Amino acid sequence: MEEKQSLISPPVPLAQLGEDQNLKPRMETRGLSVYYGKKMGVGSVTMPIYTNQVTALIGPSGCGKTTFLRALNRMHDLTPIARVEGEAILDGQNIYTPGVDPVEIRRKIGMVFQKPNPFPTLSIYDNVVAGLKLLGVGKKSVLDEAAERSLRQSALWDEVKDRLRAPGMSLSGGQQQRLCIARALAVQPEVLLMDEPTSALDPISTQAIEDLMTTLKKHVTIVIVTHNMQQAARVSDFTGYFLTGELVEFGPTNTLFTAPKDPRTEAYITGRFG
Amino acid sequence: MTQISGNLRRRQLWDKVMLGLLVLGSLVVVAPLVLVLSKVFLTGFSALNLAFFTQDFQPVEAGGGGLRHAIVGTILMNLLALLIGGTLGLAGGILLSEYPDHPVNPTLRVISDLLNGLPALLKGLVIYTLVVIPTGSFSGYAGALALGLVMVPIVLRATEGVLKLVPWNVREAGLGLGLPRWRVILSLVLPAASSGVITGLMLGFARAAGEAAPLYFTAGGSQYLNFNLSQQTESLALTIYKYANEPSPLRVEQAWAAALVLTLLVLIASLLARWVARVRP
Repeated sequence: MEEKQSLISPPVPLAQLGEDQNLKPRMETRGLSVYYGKKMGVGSVTMPIYTNQVTALIGPSGCGKTTFLRALNRMHDLTPIARVEGEAILDGQNIYTPGVDPVEIRRKIGMVFQKPNPFPTLSIYDNVVAGLKLLGVGKKSVLDEAAERSLRQSALWDEVKDRLRAPGMSLSGGQQQRLCIARALAVQPEVLLMDEPTSALDPISTQAIEDLMTTLKKHVTIVIVTHNMQQAARVSDFTGYFLTGELVEFGPTNTLFTAPKDPRTEAYITGRFG
Repeated sequence: MTQISGNLRRRQLWDKVMLGLLVLGSLVVVAPLVLVLSKVFLTGFSALNLAFFTQDFQPVEAGGGGLRHAIVGTILMNLLALLIGGTLGLAGGILLSEYPDHPVNPTLRVISDLLNGLPALLKGLVIYTLVVIPTGSFSGYAGALALGLVMVPIVLRATEGVLKLVPWNVREAGLGLGLPRWRVILSLVLPAASSGVITGLMLGFARAAGEAAPLYFTAGGSQYLNFNLSQQTESLALTIYKYANEPSPLRVEQAWAAALVLTLLVLIASLLARWVARVRP
C-alpha cells in the first residue's frame, strides 16, 4: 500500500528531493528535441543536471538516451541529417544559441565513449595531454603535472607510471577506458558525459570505473548513459528514465528505483520489459 | 569412419589444388615485373660508368658524355611536382573524406576522375596552353606543373581512401576534447593514416617520375646542366624516350642505364619517405 500511495502522490519539488539542499543545476535542458531527418530521436526533454552529482540516463535500447547525451555537447553537429531544437543551458547560456562556438562548449563538456578510443598513434602520456598540447600548451612542467593529476584521478597512475611512453593501445580494455577518462579530465571540463563507459569492459574494470565516478564527482559533474540498471542504482544520485525518445521520469535515484511515479518506469525497473 | 576419412582426404587434396592455383596466379602477375626489372638491372648496370653521372650531353663521336643534366632535371622537376601535386592531392583527399557533404565535392570528384583518365600527353598540352604559350618558352616549371597534374588524382584518391579507414571514433575523441576540426584532422586523423598517405604520395611520385609524354611540350628537354627551372630542362624519362630511338648502340645503352637510374631514384625516394615516416615521433 505504501508504494501504491507514492504512485499517486503529487510530485515533490526537485529542490527538496536531494540529500543536499544546496543542489544547483550545472546544466539544464528545456524542451530539447533531436531529429534525424524527419524522424524524432528525442522529444522535448526538460531536465536539470546538478552540479557535482552523477546523473544516470537509463532506458531500453533505442530510447534516445545516447542521442540526448550527445546533444549536450553538440556532438550532433557532425551528423548532417541531425537537427536539434530547444535549449541546453550551461552556466546560464544556451549552447545552441547562434554564434556559440561548439569547440568552446566541448572544452567545458568532455565526453567518454562506449568503446575505449585512445588515439592510435600516441603514447599513454601523449594521449592524456593530447587535448592540452593541441590547444597550444607547450610547457613541459604543465603537461607533466596535468598528466599525473589526470592519471591519478582516473586511478591509472600506479599501473602506467613506469611506462608512460608505451603506446596507448598496448593497455588492456579497462585501462584504455580509464586512459580515455584521464584524457577527458586533462582539459579540466566542468561536465563529463559518459556514454555506456563500461559496456565493453569486464566486471573488475567496470568496478574500477564505478568507484572512480564516486570520487570524480567532487571535481566534475557527471552524466552517464547506462544499459545496466544496477549500475545506475550503484553510482548515480539522480536518474532519468527514457522511453521512445521521451523522458518519462526524472528524480533522485533512490526515489526513482524504490517508488517510481510512472507505471512505465515501474514496469522497466521491475524487469517487466526492456 | 572410413567415409569421413575419405571425404577428408578429398578436401585436403582440393585445398592443395586451390592453393596451387593461387600461387600460380600470383607468379603470372609478378613474372612480367621481375622480367622487366631484371632486364633493366642487367643491361643498365653494364652500361653505367662514372661519366654517366659526371658528364652532360656529348655527341656520340665525342664519347656520348653522361646524363648528369637529366638526373638533376628529373630530381628538381619531380620535387617541385611533388610539392604542387602532393599538396593539391592531399587537400582534395582531405576534403572528400573529412567533409563528405561539402558542395564542391561532386565537382571535385568529376575533375579528379577526368584527370585520372586523361592521357599524360594531354596533361602536357593543358600546361602548354596555360603556361608555355603565355610565357613564350618551355621551362622546368611548366614541366613540374604537368607532372604535378599527373600526381594529383593519384594522391587524392589514395588520401581519401586511407583517411576513410581511420575509425570515426578518433575524430569524435578529438572533438570531444574541445579541439577544432582542422586540428583533429591534421594532428590526429592524418598521423593515424600516415603510412597510407605516404604510400599515396610515393605512388604519385613514381608515376610522375616515369612520365615522358607530359614533358614533351612543357619542359622541352635540354642538353645542358641547369639548376634553374625557368630554363628548358631535361628529364631521364625524356632521355630514355629519345635515346631508345637513336640508331647508335651507345645511345641505346645509355637509355638502359637511364632506366636503371630512374628506377633506383624512385626506390630511394620511397625508402626515404618510409624512413622519415618512422623516425618522426
